Amino acid sequence: MKKQKGMSAETAYRLFIYVALITLAISIIIPVAWVFLASVKENSEFYGSPWAMPKGFYFQNFIDALEKANMGTYMFNSIFVTALALLILLIVALPAAYVLARYTFKGSRFMNSLFKAGLFINVNYIVVPIFLMLLNGDTFFRSQFGDSFLLDNLFILAVVYAATALPFTIYLLSSYFQSLPSTYEEAAFVDGAGYFKTMVKIMLPMARPSIIAIILFNFLAFWNEYIIALTLIPGPNKTLPVGLMNLMAAQKSAANYGQMYAGMVLVMLPTLILYIIVQKKLTQGMTLGGLKD
Amino acid sequence: MNKKKEKRIFIFICTAPALILFAIFMIVPTVEVFRMSLYKWGGFTNEKVFVGLNNFKILWNDMNFFRSLQNSIVLIVIVTLITMVIAILFATLLTREKLKGNSFFRVIFYIPNILSIVVIAGIFSAVYDPTTGLLNNMLALFNLENLQKMWLGDQKIAIYSIGGALVWQAIGYYMVMYMSSIASIPESFYEASALEGAGRVRQFFSITLPLIWNNIRTTLTFFIISTINLSFLLVQAMTGGGPDGSTEVFLSYMYKQAYTNSSYGYGMAIGVVIFLFSFLLSAIISHITKREVLEY
Repeated sequence: MKKQKGMSAETAYRLFIYVALITLAISIIIPVAWVFLASVKENSEFYGSPWAMPKGFYFQNFIDALEKANMGTYMFNSIFVTALALLILLIVALPAAYVLARYTFKGSRFMNSLFKAGLFINVNYIVVPIFLMLLNGDTFFRSQFGDSFLLDNLFILAVVYAATALPFTIYLLSSYFQSLPSTYEEAAFVDGAGYFKTMVKIMLPMARPSIIAIILFNFLAFWNEYIIALTLIPGPNKTLPVGLMNLMAAQKSAANYGQMYAGMVLVMLPTLILYIIVQKKLTQGMTLGGLKD
Repeated sequence: MNKKKEKRIFIFICTAPALILFAIFMIVPTVEVFRMSLYKWGGFTNEKVFVGLNNFKILWNDMNFFRSLQNSIVLIVIVTLITMVIAILFATLLTREKLKGNSFFRVIFYIPNILSIVVIAGIFSAVYDPTTGLLNNMLALFNLENLQKMWLGDQKIAIYSIGGALVWQAIGYYMVMYMSSIASIPESFYEASALEGAGRVRQFFSITLPLIWNNIRTTLTFFIISTINLSFLLVQAMTGGGPDGSTEVFLSYMYKQAYTNSSYGYGMAIGVVIFLFSFLLSAIISHITKREVLEY
């Protein structure tokens, strides 16, 4: 009898847990799913109840967003900037992280603490000085050569992305390199391999797991970033999130709801697909880095 | 000898690009923030005039700044408290209880963290919309019309609506963090305490909480820093500080002064104050939450 009662309390407790978990899950899924549904609604459907299902799949929204609202160009820009920034970041950060982790030399401790200190510098504080620096540079180039190229330049934007991601990336990579045993390097040196060859052929392949984590985190950061892009690209060559901001602002007057939600889907779909593919890596990798912008 | 030289060259080539990029785009701008805060620069005059601490004196009498300070503090407090309680609770449930769909929930809860802040701003504009918004229409569905609000239009509650979006965004991230530290607590602790008759609540307060305390302290610093940063990004994309400055936060006010208003010197002075504020707050909180580290 007593056991029976204990069982039912246990059942009630478990039921309560599930209700709580499902409530939170729903409150996350519904707004996101709603955006997907809204992106295929016709404009007139937005004046009814928001809970109504779309009447059909009105894909014209996506075509309008890509063509009329320029999201197609912006998407291409975003892909270009993200890929280039990742490439620059890997080329610059990998050797630096490897050397800082495996070699002691004059100034190595200073460099290590310099990059660690960089972890505390947030982009939001320094975005205006970066803008002014580029602006001054442009003024200088214009006066000297009659042409300027620093602002409104996607290549420069990618460089700034890569540079501001350096401290976190080097921190994560070098803590991984430190955990690798030194016997491999010693064996390579005995075999007569030079420093470069040892690094490229032996050590970098071994760091693959952390390199993948780096690519994942920084892909999300670069793809989603908007404040640097907004500040450094005042012209028409915008990235996707900035373009979406414009769409959201325009929507207030023009009420092109469908287009706006199609734009939101365009921004988040790549990240969601990537997340579904690698979700395990991402939530595990996070605990090894444990830092957020 | 030749080998030594080769090594030096190798080290130089590997570290120089990173150092150069880091110096140009992070160290120099950071130094600039502090230096420029001492100048009157921008606005109508395009020349720099050294004014010492004058920018900070103006700041001291700037009511708009104090409003953004107040809003930021409100956000830091409510976002930290609500997110932390929910995240620790759900982390405990997902790690300690043998539940069906365990990893499903973890995957779902983490989703907001991979979305762009601009997308989150868009989602919550749709949720909070007074007439066609999800929230007000859901309240109508449950016959709770009297709870319907102008979530972003009412000056009194707009900042809390921003806070709601920030909590929504943050729960999954912190939950995953707490989960990993709860999972590393040895099972034998719980078994031993269960033998002595400790229930779940007792176990939570006597085992889980003390053993993840250090992790909680670290996340407190994260909360302060990321709330200051994310609230700026969200406000910028969602309300632009309005209505009438009621959702203006620290960094959005700085950005407004420095970039939109072109008062570079004054904007940077605000940046310096925010930086010192977050640094001091983190230090103080880290100090008062200090406990003896429990080893296991």
